[in-house]
Amino acid sequence: MTLQLASSANLALVLLPEIVLSVAAMVVLLASVRIQKAEADATDRARSLGGLALAGLLAAAVANGWLHWVSPEGEPGMITLDAFGLFANWVFLLGAALTILVSFPYVARQGLQPGEFYALILLATVGMMIMAGTTNLILLFLALETMSIAAYVLTAFHRGERKSAEAGIKYFILGAFSSAFLLYGIALVWGGAGTVDLREIAATVEAGAGFNGLVLAGMGLLGVGFAFKVGAAPFHMWTPDVYEGAPSPSTAFMAAAVKAASFAAFLRVFTEAFSSLYESWYPVVWWMAALTMVVANLIALTQSNVKRMLAYSSLAHGGYLLVGVASANEIATASILFYLLVYTIMTLGAFGVLMIVSEHGESRFQVEDYAGFGASQPLLGVLFTIFLLSLAGFPGTGGFMGKIFLLQGAAESHLWTLAVILALTTVVSYYYYLRVAWYVWMRPAPAGALAAWAPVSVTAVLMGCAGVLIFLGIFPSGLLNGALTAAHGLWLRGLDAGLSGLVR
Amino acid sequence: MLTEALVLSAILFVIGTFGVLVRRNAIIVFLCIELQVNAVNVSFVALSRYLGIDGQLFVFFVMTVAAAENAVGLAIIISIFRHYQTVDVDNFNLLKW
Repeated sequence: MTLQLASSANLALVLLPEIVLSVAAMVVLLASVRIQKAEADATDRARSLGGLALAGLLAAAVANGWLHWVSPEGEPGMITLDAFGLFANWVFLLGAALTILVSFPYVARQGLQPGEFYALILLATVGMMIMAGTTNLILLFLALETMSIAAYVLTAFHRGERKSAEAGIKYFILGAFSSAFLLYGIALVWGGAGTVDLREIAATVEAGAGFNGLVLAGMGLLGVGFAFKVGAAPFHMWTPDVYEGAPSPSTAFMAAAVKAASFAAFLRVFTEAFSSLYESWYPVVWWMAALTMVVANLIALTQSNVKRMLAYSSLAHGGYLLVGVASANEIATASILFYLLVYTIMTLGAFGVLMIVSEHGESRFQVEDYAGFGASQPLLGVLFTIFLLSLAGFPGTGGFMGKIFLLQGAAESHLWTLAVILALTTVVSYYYYLRVAWYVWMRPAPAGALAAWAPVSVTAVLMGCAGVLIFLGIFPSGLLNGALTAAHGLWLRGLDAGLSGLVR
Repeated sequence: MLTEALVLSAILFVIGTFGVLVRRNAIIVFLCIELQVNAVNVSFVALSRYLGIDGQLFVFFVMTVAAAENAVGLAIIISIFRHYQTVDVDNFNLLKW
């Protein structure tokens, strides 16, 4: 089906997933008022509102799937319809859906207002989808703020908890601070290139028109802003604190989807607009990647708090992904997309088990609390081990294939040193992941410990996640081909800058 | 004219950045972030003299976003004040900063 982009009704169709999701968020908010009165039980409230939010996500996923069959015609506006954006949308939708699925018991037990909580997750997802799909820097800023403001609230959502408020203010101050850098970068790029459209910026830069100094300075500031958002060293200091203090479902959502969205936007801006300036930005990204991998993995070794360890692990994975950004070729871009999807699944799975062990609350995060978990809950123990192995990058899991593809991308660009650092830090990371697994299986439970409980629905979701991870570890080609198509479109556009043809 | 305006904007931005890094009161830090954002607005307006009306439109977007951010930020500051009876960021040490 072809879609004439000249008509505004068709433009609305291009935005269908975003529109559906925004409507769903408002429906959830409205319904929460009714359900608050009708249902006395907190679990029922969380279930019915979560179900509504999931239905919205499903509808958006259907719309997103439909867009795969649509080929647009004509001049695109601020939003493009390309395979890259659609692929990224799958990651965000999956991240949001898994967050909601694994957090039912948490939300009910902690007495969080489910309506607001789920609506904010949906609205943040809308921001992410626009971030990945836009080619306009101002719209990128608006979408990024839509996502970030929702994420600030999600972090500080647990009002009775000191840690949550503290994490909220830290995240807010550093998030707003980094947004200011990003915005200044946008202003300077606009001043230098005279446009905020990514393709036109690329064309101007390539032609040597415009003020190159301003564009370079703006690109640097944009880079700082994105480095904050993706948690790249040396701008990572906020991440562990925020991830530890925030309610566990929010942490899972931030570690997976928010990070994925920041990477998607980072990739799009730097490949589409600045690919001809590769020589000037790649050394910086190179150092950030190396530093992030080394620092995050070394600090993670010393953590005895599993939630904080997962925060550092998320930073480390950001470092691996930065290797892909620095490699800047089609395979690397595809491997980033592949990795983001796998990473979303394994992170949310790990956080799902973490919520079960911490009794759907903010306690029992120490590694000793995992002693005897495998004996009392063999199935969950096995699932948790699969998630940990995949995070560590064990052969046979999706995480391993993701790392292999990232290494391939790095080899393509001859970044041998980075590839070696990636491999070595991965080996280091085995220690802190396997330490938790060791406690799960090899240590007896302390006397008098309560057995953790998990509803059947959560267990089923976690089983699905683990199944997908193993499937991707053995048969990665299907997903990888999808990722390659997505990356191909992005790169072709980056190279043919100035041509307005949409390549899919 | 343009150079002067851009330099002014850069100076304001640096003052804001410096304030965020040195000041310890959450409200002041917050104001310094606003200073940064508005410094960028100065750039937008100054550049729009040469690049067309777009820049002034961007300023409106930025102001709207800043307003939304303020609402959330102040709510978070109130929420943390309820827990600590202070807004001094040095006191927030439950999580290692």
